[in-house]
Amino acid sequence: MVSELQQRMQDSFVEHVDEELLMDCMRCGFCLPACPTYLATNQDESHSPRGRIALMKAMRDGDVVWDGSVEDSFDMCLGCRACEPACPAGVQYGVLIEETRVAVQQAKPISITEKAIRKTTFDGVFADQKKMAAGVKLVQFYQKSGLQKATRKIGFLNLFPPFMKQMEAVLPTIETKKKREPVLKPSSLKVAFFSGCLMDTLFQETNRKTIEMLEWLGADIVLPKEQQCCGALHGHSGEMEKGMRNAKANLKAFDSDDFDYIVNNAGGCGAFLSEYGKHLEKDPQFAEKAAEFSRKTIDISSLFVKLGLTAKLKQMGGAEESLVTYQDSCHLRNVNGVFLEPRSLLQDTPGFEYKELIDAGSCCGSAGIYNILQPEMAKRILDAKMKGVKEMQPAIVVTSNPGCLMQMQMGIQNEGLEKEMKAVHIVDFLYDAIHQNQTQG
Amino acid sequence: MTVHSKDLFVSIVGKENVKDTQAQLLAYSYDATANFQAKPDLVVSPRSTEEIAEIVKICAREQIPIVSRGSGTNLAAGTVPSKGGLIVLFNNMDKILEVDKENLTITVQPGVITQDICNFVESNGLFYPPDPSSMKISTIGGNVSENSGGLRGLKYGVTKDYVKAMTVVLPDGETLKLGGKLAKDVAGYDLMSLFVGAEGTLGIITEITLKLIPLPISKKTGIAYFNSLEAAAETVSAIIADKIIPVTLEFMDKGTIGAVEDFMKIGLPLDAEAMLLMEQDGNEEQVERDIQQMIRIAELNGATSTALASSNEEAEVLKTGRRAALSALARKRPTTILEDATVPRSEIANMVKAIQQISEKYDVQISTFGHAGDGNLHPTCLTDVRDEDEMLRVEQALAEIFHIAIELGGTITGEHGVGEMKAPYLEWKLGESGIRVMKAIKQSMDPQNIMNPGKMFAKETKMRLVINNGQ
Repeated sequence: MVSELQQRMQDSFVEHVDEELLMDCMRCGFCLPACPTYLATNQDESHSPRGRIALMKAMRDGDVVWDGSVEDSFDMCLGCRACEPACPAGVQYGVLIEETRVAVQQAKPISITEKAIRKTTFDGVFADQKKMAAGVKLVQFYQKSGLQKATRKIGFLNLFPPFMKQMEAVLPTIETKKKREPVLKPSSLKVAFFSGCLMDTLFQETNRKTIEMLEWLGADIVLPKEQQCCGALHGHSGEMEKGMRNAKANLKAFDSDDFDYIVNNAGGCGAFLSEYGKHLEKDPQFAEKAAEFSRKTIDISSLFVKLGLTAKLKQMGGAEESLVTYQDSCHLRNVNGVFLEPRSLLQDTPGFEYKELIDAGSCCGSAGIYNILQPEMAKRILDAKMKGVKEMQPAIVVTSNPGCLMQMQMGIQNEGLEKEMKAVHIVDFLYDAIHQNQTQG
Repeated sequence: MTVHSKDLFVSIVGKENVKDTQAQLLAYSYDATANFQAKPDLVVSPRSTEEIAEIVKICAREQIPIVSRGSGTNLAAGTVPSKGGLIVLFNNMDKILEVDKENLTITVQPGVITQDICNFVESNGLFYPPDPSSMKISTIGGNVSENSGGLRGLKYGVTKDYVKAMTVVLPDGETLKLGGKLAKDVAGYDLMSLFVGAEGTLGIITEITLKLIPLPISKKTGIAYFNSLEAAAETVSAIIADKIIPVTLEFMDKGTIGAVEDFMKIGLPLDAEAMLLMEQDGNEEQVERDIQQMIRIAELNGATSTALASSNEEAEVLKTGRRAALSALARKRPTTILEDATVPRSEIANMVKAIQQISEKYDVQISTFGHAGDGNLHPTCLTDVRDEDEMLRVEQALAEIFHIAIELGGTITGEHGVGEMKAPYLEWKLGESGIRVMKAIKQSMDPQNIMNPGKMFAKETKMRLVINNGQ
């Protein structure tokens, strides 16, 4: 007898997971060496893209019983999508894992606590920039009030899982948010800035520098007021409808023909923005706008290169004093194919020598909120990543995404290397290096 | 499998080296062969030859089937546990044990990835030539058990040409050491050759010593495009007839070029009917002479355009594209079923022509690529397993390809193995007496048939087709 849950789960897979996309996988195994969880589990096929696709198909066909191990296999996926560029057959793994998460989410009985957390996260904080700002205010208060010092002292955080404690240690210091006035100067290039919910709160400084640099490079920056969290977090957690609710709000906020580009400085968000078009292609009202939006979406490194920053950096010259390396943002690399641009900027930054990190293109374990949900696997992946960092001993590890930034900083602290090196967002890195160069020159 | 036997296996390898969850059993139910799937009862990762010997003894006592599995890239359902039982993995036996620079050998455990061996020896100025397209994923143990070929087979041969010694656990659990770091050895039957390409049906290989050669000083890569398949095939024969033995002489037809271009986006011409990828290595002077001569021969045989790779990186990109050909073809239809029928080189043009006719006759979409210089083609049927009528036609088309290959003096499989998939056709190639000898060997070594059962030998042979070719 098939249990009620099994039947419901199978029906949900049939309804939500596209059979044609599953059939694209011919099981050649070319994805295996690209998958961080396959490697971190000493080659466990059930934690590989090929294995997960086989499990999706088996769920659909009723060839496997839904249990903790099947759920684990899907949950353990970072969603880094490194398997996609490795796949000669062009399997759309990102779509399949998102569909799977929707299928599971719809059919699975959820505990009351998880429901509450999901509700606060997806309907509360990440759906509303004001709430996000309020939440961040708390962190700010916590830091400024001396409470941070106090809690660190009394070991209040020992009550939380070890991960939370480590994460707390790498929270960036938050500056008080200043009122921003949109700058309107005559320019050939009009750029709308997608400020990102985390980037606009926790990493406000980085956003300020982003705008300053773009203006310095001659772009007109517009900051649409009503913009919201991109919705990636929802989409990757089986809450695609809610993700699309955010997407539509953003499409309205950015609804103007005037913009040449919509720029972002967070790889994870950028990838999701660039896929609005794909996600909404069947939406009669938004399909066209979404496609247009995605076409105009660009990451900050690519825009810097387009605006001639590489040449400007080259002109500055200067001795190569410290070592800098780069950890790719998975989605920037695997979804948007952007990996040369940040490297070319770093190679030409005055005062620094650029060196390629071993396996720079493989995930650091941050993966959205993966490091909170799967702390053990995330740590294993981070530890492997830090081996290469330790070997190279760079002064700075540059990243292109807030999650990666915090994860790499955590890695540095775990290794006790915070005196020797730090993780820095690419915009902050470039901004500081240019200022340094100009004050010296 | 009884709970008791499971406990025994756990006690040998340790709990952390056993896989038995729903998800894991499903994830080890397939390899890279379309339409073959069966779940094992248990998956174990032993850590030594001794542990494997103990495992096999239990399997022999309890009559439990054993399937050795590397990375599961097999293309003939050779690593699908069709009779259930135990899957043995080598992820804990993945060490390079020794490089012997005086005898030019490397000794490895079976779980080492082929590419890692190549990279390692090349950094020491040495060379391990066999390079199956899946070398980034496949294990050396799998390569030896399948006698894998690759892109460099034309000049350097296949895996069996490099196996010098091995340790094997026999179906009764006894351990056998064969060969040595020797240039010559005629002590008795060549038992080692029996295990190379035996597809895990005679024992489990647990350690391998491979022959190495000095790394060639230079190499050059060229490409030629043609507006007919025949012109490309004739170029291949002409190059060999001109007494040039290139490292690589690879062929891709229009459909394959399109699929690879779709994946790699390297600017391959989509209107070309066929493409040849040519490579020569050796000393600089000879490499230059041979590659220029091959380009000239291609032009004489009607190449519409030719070019030399400007750098090693560019050459690598072209070869990567060729290696991805099969998987890239999967873009076109839900199911890809490929063959590796092989003919004498001189028959390559006839074989290519026959495949075209068969494709039309059965109304089956076939794209062909492969190691043209070896006479080893990979005609690939692009189909959909859910369409029963089409699958029937595919089966007929494949059978006819086997038939023609044998007629032309060839074989049903050049490098992918027999497995479960081609077992019903093996007798076509070997004849009744060939099968009888092979079965006698299998019976004497593995009387209980526990080693990879259901592979190599089919319950019944397919009826040989009566074909009116081309009518």
